Amino acid sequence: MNVFQIFIEPFAQFGFMNRALVGAIILSVSAGPVGVFLMLRRMSLTGDAMAHAILPGAAAGFLVSGLAILPMTLGGFAAGLVVALLAGLVSRFTIQREDTSLAAFYLISLALGVMLVSLKGSNVDLMHVLFGTVLALNDDALIMIGAIATVSLVGLAIIWRPLFAECLDPTFLRSVSKAGHPVHLIFLALVVLNLVGGFQALGTLLAVGLMMLPAAASRFWVRGLEGMCALAVGFGVVSSYFGLLISYYLGVASGPSIILVAGGIYVVSLFFGRRGVIFTRVQAPRHRVA
Amino acid sequence: MSAVIRLDDLTLGYDGHPAVHHLHGAFETGSLTAIVGPNGSGKSTLLKGITGALKPLGGRIEHAGISVREIAYLPQIAEIDRTFPAVVSDLVSLGFWKSRGLFGAIRGDDRQALDEALQAVGLRGFEQRPIDTLSGGQLQRALFARVLLQDARVILLDEPFTAIDERTVGDLIALVQHWHNERRTVIAVLHDVEMVRRVFPQTLLLAREPIAWGATSETLHPENLLKARRMTEAWDEHAPWHDHAAKHHHHGDAA
Repeated sequence: MNVFQIFIEPFAQFGFMNRALVGAIILSVSAGPVGVFLMLRRMSLTGDAMAHAILPGAAAGFLVSGLAILPMTLGGFAAGLVVALLAGLVSRFTIQREDTSLAAFYLISLALGVMLVSLKGSNVDLMHVLFGTVLALNDDALIMIGAIATVSLVGLAIIWRPLFAECLDPTFLRSVSKAGHPVHLIFLALVVLNLVGGFQALGTLLAVGLMMLPAAASRFWVRGLEGMCALAVGFGVVSSYFGLLISYYLGVASGPSIILVAGGIYVVSLFFGRRGVIFTRVQAPRHRVA
Repeated sequence: MSAVIRLDDLTLGYDGHPAVHHLHGAFETGSLTAIVGPNGSGKSTLLKGITGALKPLGGRIEHAGISVREIAYLPQIAEIDRTFPAVVSDLVSLGFWKSRGLFGAIRGDDRQALDEALQAVGLRGFEQRPIDTLSGGQLQRALFARVLLQDARVILLDEPFTAIDERTVGDLIALVQHWHNERRTVIAVLHDVEMVRRVFPQTLLLAREPIAWGATSETLHPENLLKARRMTEAWDEHAPWHDHAAKHHHHGDAA
């Protein structure tokens, strides 16, 4: 076996591998920058909460029309938006902070979702919704993922500056503009959008992995915002490729393989990154003359 | 002289408890006013009211010919996320918000304005410094540069010189005086009475209720300062609600 056979052939030979790779790469490009903003806004766990929140919508779509893409995606998106909106409204009009109200609503949402799936489906169906099947992506799913990625990237580009201001100095943004609150909601909508895009391939629970792990790893390497976004995308793409390859050769589940590679990149970055544990420890305590 | 901000029997507070009580008066266009008073006397609350962030419990705030979005406001405790990966020029450039809006591009002459603003606050060469490496004084200089770029007719500063070294204070005071010379209206909450006497022609002495408002030399009369010091900070949980029918009784002698 030569190098080509090992690294290229699985994708060249099998359509399902090819589509899985394309889908995962598009998702990485789309979700990476969103993950970076989530991380910088100290909302890393919000992504996880939202991933649970989309379940009842996806389940409702599943009840109506089985494992069809469009109903599950639309249902998931709607459910995620409702939870994000409700959590935002509660934190705006009561003293409860958004993390608490979000936790409350996503837990309700999760229980509702599992109950809905159990009404009709088997455990296999539940596993499919929770953990996805990247190897079963068909052309419709790819088109859906591509559309979602396009909307997400354009949306993020449009709200980039107000989002930047909202992260950096929310009080200032409030004093000069009313954009702060809408921008926050649009951003949450983008998070939900990326999660529903990911859950066909990775399932609701693992979709967050492709969003958060590359973003978290990127922070150990670069300082600038744009650099972090670019690196997060790169890490996501690398994770997708090697995850699928590992899954192919070892015969293990593909979604978890992708996320575990991303996790491996995170751990390596944590230790060996330019701003990671080891480098900041062993760096000689020297300083410049001025 | 015309008033740019007029306060009409203004009461501001939290949970129905007044923090600023029955305040009457006006900030003249181009005036340079210090707000002085003990902790908890309602100084910051008044600034929040003027920016529109806090709705009055009673009375009115009138802005003559300006919208609240055209007021530059430097809060006492900035909610700036120092860990966010931004550099000094990112932070200062937020001051272009009014002129460039949400989506407008930063142009070539903006770049020059940015350079001049950084120069004016003594931060030349700091453009690409990450904000998490700035000292407290440097951050305050950067925030003053942002106020410069905001080019606002009314500027509110809440304890801008707290925990700032003498030289920085001197530089920033010069900037405040420059704004005054440009006929901008500047209102600053301050604790340093000596500095107020030296720099600020007008003073509002506040102790939840207005003690005095007018020329600094008269307002900061020892008798007034003593009166302000006697202010009680505690809320009276059982204080009766104000009868709106009898709203014309006044506790202080606001000029």
